[in-house]
Amino acid sequence: MDTNTIDPGSTAWMLTSSALVLLMVPGLALFYGGMVRKKNVLTTMMMSFVAMAIVGVQWVVAGYALAFGKSLGGFIGWDWGLVALKDVPHTRLFADKAIPELVFVMFQGKFAIITPALISGAVAERMRFRSYLAFTILWVTCIYCPLAHWVWADGGWLFKLGVLDFAGGTVVHISAGVSALVLALMLGPRRDLQKGILPNNLVLTLTGAGLLWFGWFGFNAGSAVAAEHPVAGAVAGLAFTTTQSAAAAAGLSWMLVERYHHGKVTSLGLASGIVAGLVAVTPAAGHIHPGSALLLGAAASLVCYAAVQLKGRLGYDDSLDAFGVHGVGGIFGALAVGLLAFTPVEGGLGQLGKQALGVGVAAVFAGLGTFVIASGVKALWGLRIAETEEREGLDLHVHGERGYHFDQV
Amino acid sequence: MIMALIRPERLEAVEEALAKVLDEGDNYRITVDTVEGRGRQSGETEYVRGRAVKVRMVQKTRVTIAVNDAYVEKAIDAIVEGAREGNVGDGKIFVMPLEEVVRIRTGERGGKAI
Repeated sequence: MDTNTIDPGSTAWMLTSSALVLLMVPGLALFYGGMVRKKNVLTTMMMSFVAMAIVGVQWVVAGYALAFGKSLGGFIGWDWGLVALKDVPHTRLFADKAIPELVFVMFQGKFAIITPALISGAVAERMRFRSYLAFTILWVTCIYCPLAHWVWADGGWLFKLGVLDFAGGTVVHISAGVSALVLALMLGPRRDLQKGILPNNLVLTLTGAGLLWFGWFGFNAGSAVAAEHPVAGAVAGLAFTTTQSAAAAAGLSWMLVERYHHGKVTSLGLASGIVAGLVAVTPAAGHIHPGSALLLGAAASLVCYAAVQLKGRLGYDDSLDAFGVHGVGGIFGALAVGLLAFTPVEGGLGQLGKQALGVGVAAVFAGLGTFVIASGVKALWGLRIAETEEREGLDLHVHGERGYHFDQV
Repeated sequence: MIMALIRPERLEAVEEALAKVLDEGDNYRITVDTVEGRGRQSGETEYVRGRAVKVRMVQKTRVTIAVNDAYVEKAIDAIVEGAREGNVGDGKIFVMPLEEVVRIRTGERGGKAI
């Protein structure tokens, strides 16, 4: 196929995938929003929603240039022509792919939007909103863009080493999960943690989990565009199938482990298992067999469940388990693909070593980077809201609204 | 004036028992709301990602009915009949004097207005 012509199939699928990935953001907002107390439902959902506004601007202005501009030594991209996308004609194709570059810009932009939103699960119900906004813009610019460049850009140094990350195990989930853990440790636990905090509306959480699963097909099967040359097709189908298989097996596995652990099968558990499976299969989606995906998903739920239980013992408050699910699930999936991969390379100990390097680099870079950024923001404005505001809820104090007025006629 | 705190799932039985002793049959006056509180019954346990969280308050249904003196004992018996399971958490009945009743539509007062 002539690489100078647009492939309508690939382009249509990538446009669709881009929209699907954006749908994950309100999905995440619902997933998280249902888990907090009702006095914080709006601020929790806002922490996901604002990423669409903030990162949506940052990505067009400079984010894309930093992540996918001409590589400067494999460590960061830059190209003045990509600032505000001013020198990207809408007819230009992306690299050797048969889709317009603007479609690729948008697809990648949605990933940049959802990644910092994932972190918000760890800081829910107690972080200052303005500090969160500052943190988000700095984090995407200084952590996400370089990582995306290292792993996904042609000249990126991890990419050249052969680290496999199909749709963002390291770039998205490990970086967000580890950053979430660092922030949770810096913020300290919520004041009422010991009394027991109950979710305000698990109906929202289940709705959100459903939207996440749906959107994840765009996230993973859309990422085939990078793996296939010049058009997407077979690998996209593989990624779609493994995504479905892993999510289903992980949901089932979480149900079983919970039934064994305390005797009940909870709705939050099923929703959490589904997300854990989706996270774990993300780095592996286009590289493994569907049967391997079943095993990967089932095992991911066990590992994430254990991590979440350990949180209680260790005493830190990762409110909604951003680290326990995304960090741990991401690390597990990124390592497992090293053994389970069959395309484009065969899994084995060599590949596992490369994967471990990718995991280590992402975890250390994101962890240290988050510590530095959050320390700066803390010096400027503080990270945590005042005690009275925490007691009365952030919705009223930060946004001047309440989420529910059910009692009013 | 009778205020009863009962198990939510016994409301139907209480309503049926009251209908048998009050003059209006199925059409007697009653106010029902859902309340939370604490007595000797312990709260429910919920599970949040494997962590058991004890709910401090128990959900109860509060039934408020105003009756003329002749009906007080009958109403109490009916509520007890409908609400009793024989376990901790069956609830309580509070009886208190009612100073005045006004029907807003007509301005009628006292026993006629009840």
